[in-house]
Amino acid sequence: MLRILRPALTLLLLFTVLLGLAYPAVVTGFAQLVFPRQANGSAIDLDGRTVGSGLIGQQFARPDNFWGRPSATSPEPYRAAASTGSNLGPSNPALRAAVAARVDALRAADPGDRRPIPVDLVTTSGSGLDPHISPAAAYYQVPRVARSRGLPEETVHSLVDAHREGRLLGLFGEPRVNVLRLNLALNRLEAGGPR
Amino acid sequence: MDALTLTHYAVYFALLALLAVPLGRYVADVYEGRARFAQRLLGPFERRVYRLAGTSADEEMSWRRYTFSLLVFNLAGALVVYLLQRWQGALPLNPAGLPAVNPANAFNTAVSFATNTNWQCYGGETTMSHLTQMAALTVQNFLSAATGMAVAVTLARGFARRGVETLGSFWVDLVRGTLYVLLPLSLLCAGLLVSQGVVQTGRGELAAELVEPQAGVPLQTIAIGPVASQVAIKQLGTNGGGYYNTNSAHPLENPTPLSNLIQVLSILLLPAAFCFAFGRLVGSRRHGWMLFAAMTALLVPLLLVGAAAERAGNPALDGLGLDQSAGNMEGKEVRFGVPGSALWAAATTAASNGSVNSMHDSFTPLGGLVPLWLIQLGEVVFGGVGSGLYGMLMFVVVAVFIAGLMVGRTPELLGKKVEAFEMKMASLVILVPAAAVLLGTAVAVSLQKAAAAAPNPGPHGFTEILYAFSSAANNNGSAFAGLDATSTFYAVALGLCMLVGRYWVIVPVLALAGSLARKKIVPASAGTLPTDTPLFVLMLVGVVVLVGALTFFPALALGPIVEHLRLSAGAGGAP
Repeated sequence: MLRILRPALTLLLLFTVLLGLAYPAVVTGFAQLVFPRQANGSAIDLDGRTVGSGLIGQQFARPDNFWGRPSATSPEPYRAAASTGSNLGPSNPALRAAVAARVDALRAADPGDRRPIPVDLVTTSGSGLDPHISPAAAYYQVPRVARSRGLPEETVHSLVDAHREGRLLGLFGEPRVNVLRLNLALNRLEAGGPR
Repeated sequence: MDALTLTHYAVYFALLALLAVPLGRYVADVYEGRARFAQRLLGPFERRVYRLAGTSADEEMSWRRYTFSLLVFNLAGALVVYLLQRWQGALPLNPAGLPAVNPANAFNTAVSFATNTNWQCYGGETTMSHLTQMAALTVQNFLSAATGMAVAVTLARGFARRGVETLGSFWVDLVRGTLYVLLPLSLLCAGLLVSQGVVQTGRGELAAELVEPQAGVPLQTIAIGPVASQVAIKQLGTNGGGYYNTNSAHPLENPTPLSNLIQVLSILLLPAAFCFAFGRLVGSRRHGWMLFAAMTALLVPLLLVGAAAERAGNPALDGLGLDQSAGNMEGKEVRFGVPGSALWAAATTAASNGSVNSMHDSFTPLGGLVPLWLIQLGEVVFGGVGSGLYGMLMFVVVAVFIAGLMVGRTPELLGKKVEAFEMKMASLVILVPAAAVLLGTAVAVSLQKAAAAAPNPGPHGFTEILYAFSSAANNNGSAFAGLDATSTFYAVALGLCMLVGRYWVIVPVLALAGSLARKKIVPASAGTLPTDTPLFVLMLVGVVVLVGALTFFPALALGPIVEHLRLSAGAGGAP
């Protein structure tokens, strides 16, 4: 028995130190040295204040901002300390009811608009923190945002163009627009600063 | 299916094969002690480890001793995970002052990580102290993977050796798999992920002032921590347990299409490499390709079915004035979309990984059936690191046996006669996890309280429970995450399923390896069925599909299939 216990316990202790402490420490050291911005959450700073992470979405509900995807986190949407999806099944009546309510909210914010709504704009993301919407969902909101801000539609449209991110090698991932960055750029545009 | 998605998938499988072939060669070299360059680097350290542990690189064990060593080591590991959770309140590295985990959930988690399942019945950041995360969970991510790899290598030795009683040393296999394979790959993968924005820091949070302040919520507190190091091994070791609650759907765990590609390749990388390593270890590279071909042939059609179902969108949302051309986007991230989410769902359940980049619970019925059935096939389509290979080899044994019956000859595999004992062991491996899935589900739906833990109504609620038991008994770890599995019933029942699904497979496999190693080689004759041909690939795929379909079709009919029929008939989501 001792011939088995000795290697078992020795190796367990050794690997606990090597894999549980040394390995994460080495990766942390490398990350902080070589990629300090990414390793600490890809913060976006504005006038010395941190206004968000370039990778984490925020809640936008005013008509003059682009809206992101609905978020299932609680108690408030886009709670980045507790990510979660809705986990509503496709046949759950609660899913259809939630989507219908979001459709009504979008229609109410822009009563004249009867175009079909891109589906990502009314369904919750997996993490509840999705920073992106599809380009279609961004273009859909251009008339509302332009009117609310008193800007020409073409200006806002070309701002969306400038914020489109494409597929990796034209193949992996989907085209998308970062909502936080787009709204920050809108604010800069109105303030008359450089795009 | 559009051409872009098909190209995406074709490039993925090509990349996988391109990486897995050389890695398989390296893995075989490592376990044979022939990896020259790596051993020059780490050999002195490796030898010092053996000396400390009171063993040596050329120790040999019988299958019984090998099994006993493995069980003792896994038990000790599980005990450490259990005790660290129970005592974490009084231990250091607990900045949030988290209390002890309750006994049932601590048992569930200890079993979950020791068995390479990584089912998580808790929210990581709100339950586990930093010490528990690192010294208990991350360590088991490596060691449970190395355990599975050791069993697969030992089975290969059973085929390669002749007329001997011994199968190598568990300690040597454990140390080599960890030191030469898992650790270097994890360091490389973690470094790549950090460059993409996966966080890796000792700090606990990043506070941001909201651009559009919400009533009562002026700040956004973003949880950060040592994520990249855990994500790397969670993918490479087919563990799947994430840092964040939403796993690799979380933008700080999987921020870009490139990080997604790296991770989804890592999921299948080692299981695929083990096919080729097996081919080398038994001296027939064609057998490595045969296994890889059979696994790919099983995965690709299921992947395409799943992707097509998700692309078609959710009929329950018809009539609301939506443009559903992007497909079913509930529970999915825009940066991955349907193609990236469907590929991940198929890969993570084909492998016994269980990490997710989208919420399977919100998939369309057929889109969700694909990952569920891939799990139920017994985690043999690539499967877990090591465990997928030995699981598939059990199906190979059954396939040659059936073929032998058809032509009326004693079945042989790689020159070894397949006899009654081998068939008994292979049948145990295939039947025991399947029985655990069906019995566990049956018990859960019969108990009123357990059945009520499924939040979605109708057949979808049944699917949530079936998915949980399938995931546990096959050591996958993914979930239809709506199910509240924190109650004592689920913690204990799923914990028992994980134990049964892991060790009632490993012990028969090692017994079979022992029996094979004792046998002499039968020279191939005109009556020998060649097991490295496309015809045999077809036979093997047929056996896997038949067993999986016959065992689970009735249960699937009650869940996803009836949900699909109701949805397409318009009865599902109508108000």
